Amino acid sequence: MGGYTFSELGSIFVMQGFSGLSLFCVYLLMALGLAIIFGQMGVINMAHGEFLTMGAYTTYFMSKLAVDHFPALVGIYFPFAIILGFLIAFGMGYLLEVLLIRHLYKRPLDTLLATWGVSLVLQQVFRSAFGAREVSATLPAWLLGSVKPTETIDIPLNGLFMMGLTLVLSLLVFIFLFRSRWGLKVRATTQNRVMSGGVGINTKKVDRMTFAVGCGIAGVAGAVFTTIASTGPTTGSLYIVDTFLVVVFGGAASLVGTVASAFSIAQAQSVLEFFLTSSIAKVLTLLTVITVIMARPEGLFTIRVRK
Amino acid sequence: MKKAAVDENRSKDGSWLLGLAVLSALIFIVMPLCFDIFRLNLVGKYLTYAFVAVGLVLCWGQGGILSLGQGVFFGLGGYCMAMFLKLEASDPKSTAIQSTPGIPDFMDWNQLTKLPWFWQPFHSLTFTLIAVVLVPSLFAFIIGVAMFKRRVGGVYFAIITQAVAAILTILIVGRQGLTGGINGITDLKTLHGWDIRTNGAKYVLYFINAGLLVASLLVSKYITSSKLGRLLLAMRDKEERVRFSGYDVSNFKVFIFCMAAGISALGGAMFTLQVGFMSPSFVGIVPSVEMVIFTAVGGRMSLLGAVYGTLLVNFGKTYFSESYPALWLLLMGGLFISVVMFFPNGLAGLYDQHLKKRVAAAGARFRAGRAAGLKTAPAGEPPGMEKTAATLPGGIPGKRTKGPKQPLETRP
Repeated sequence: MGGYTFSELGSIFVMQGFSGLSLFCVYLLMALGLAIIFGQMGVINMAHGEFLTMGAYTTYFMSKLAVDHFPALVGIYFPFAIILGFLIAFGMGYLLEVLLIRHLYKRPLDTLLATWGVSLVLQQVFRSAFGAREVSATLPAWLLGSVKPTETIDIPLNGLFMMGLTLVLSLLVFIFLFRSRWGLKVRATTQNRVMSGGVGINTKKVDRMTFAVGCGIAGVAGAVFTTIASTGPTTGSLYIVDTFLVVVFGGAASLVGTVASAFSIAQAQSVLEFFLTSSIAKVLTLLTVITVIMARPEGLFTIRVRK
Repeated sequence: MKKAAVDENRSKDGSWLLGLAVLSALIFIVMPLCFDIFRLNLVGKYLTYAFVAVGLVLCWGQGGILSLGQGVFFGLGGYCMAMFLKLEASDPKSTAIQSTPGIPDFMDWNQLTKLPWFWQPFHSLTFTLIAVVLVPSLFAFIIGVAMFKRRVGGVYFAIITQAVAAILTILIVGRQGLTGGINGITDLKTLHGWDIRTNGAKYVLYFINAGLLVASLLVSKYITSSKLGRLLLAMRDKEERVRFSGYDVSNFKVFIFCMAAGISALGGAMFTLQVGFMSPSFVGIVPSVEMVIFTAVGGRMSLLGAVYGTLLVNFGKTYFSESYPALWLLLMGGLFISVVMFFPNGLAGLYDQHLKKRVAAAGARFRAGRAAGLKTAPAGEPPGMEKTAATLPGGIPGKRTKGPKQPLETRP
């Protein structure tokens, strides 16, 4: 492998692996919300990326507020930004479901087009309201700097923080889905909508909540996203196609599948990126994903249910 | 009973042909008379998108296959044409200052010293003309067989076509030395010695383009009114039933997808000829989805509607993005939402609802008038006839009598 010593190669794998983990977190954060929505309702929400952008802008404005008016709070604004990001995205998601999505459940392909329209509108609104320039939130001091376990390995703190948050968020989603009353209803509706209605679950209400929560998760993802990158009007749409592939690759109704596919796609891409050019790495990754989908049209992990 | 059905079919086809005649008159006569060559060239450019929209009516409206990657085929067709033109433009004499004369300039800038193998056959015009349709159709065939044989469909297929569009864009942009990169293939001059940049050539190309579009419309109409068209509709609405009736559904899907790709590619090639360049910005996801909205605005079930939709949206785009660029994206987004929510059958649906009866009544009056005229005054024209005849085309052409039953209206 072209003149690298063994320890150098090891470091490269660790560092690329780490950058892959960061990408994995972004994919996972976006895909979690999408997977729940797509799995339960079969709705493709093309505007999902814009909910991420919403959360990111919320965080930016919270940080601006803290820096300009309450300098003492700069160190602790972040948790509040996450909560606010969730609430705003949740509210907008709820609104979107009521106004638009629920009229289109019977026409999944049309939802795709309508939500694409929503995403265009939201992008333009962001651009008009906040400017086309990318902005970055002022990070608290404890997020700057890096850890150096050895001479050649350098791991930034904000990346670690993001991973921690992703882990916590994923755990919360799992607990929500598998340990709560609401989660039980969601899983029942995902597996068999008609039967769920039959046993007294208000599936329409569950749909609305699920959609809003999925969007809320994207809002949190946006807040987390600000720790590693800057925010612009089109930030969210950069990842949307990749994220959909993650969801489809993993199997629509399975969260474990989503985690596994986000991990493998992100790792493959960043390790390949080091040895080949980034465009070829991306092409190879996408091609592999398409081939696997061809072999397993339902995705890697499927829940077997009678239709 | 059977005869009545045949008559009704014939009258449907007749009204469609009348619609086509009105559209052709608009494209061939009205537009060239109203616009100067600059604007006409612009219309020609829009009409190349209409090829894609017509293809989408076939595979999305009729077949229920939503492809969000039609730009791929448009682009492939365009690139095939552009490669030929570029090779002709970079003959050894005019590229004498390059370190390797005789290869396209962008290859020289990227330190290539030899023409890549896949560029070689594009020295031949015959090969190019075949490749323009064949390469994209073959590509669509591969995607179609891979996906439809495995029963990948619906939203999964839509996402995968998007990924394909993304892949191709990344490849074209990334392999700058082979493809011209993000700038695309520019500086195209002559087609087999014929300068395509003069006003005269632009007129000729406009009419060739329009002729090809009408031909594509006729072929598409033939397909949709054949048994195959019926099967496609049936497949779209209840795929399993068609499969259980003994048809191999995937073959039909592959065929219609290839057909749509071939038609889109024609548009791409004409785009290159008329506009004089081809770039990856016509290949990616965003242009592909925009082309879907052209079809949706015109009416996903209506071949003629697709052409009107394309023209309308593009005129709107040019007008608004020149005057109010910020407003355009909002409008475009609003268009997506409102078409899907309120007018799932687009312009054609609106026409069917509101204008068709009036046009049909006018047509009936016209025919009654003619019959009466023939009875009472076989030699002279009745004075009232001209008036009723003049109201007949009525701005928006289309079907005078009952159009094909639109299954979208019957959705629950």
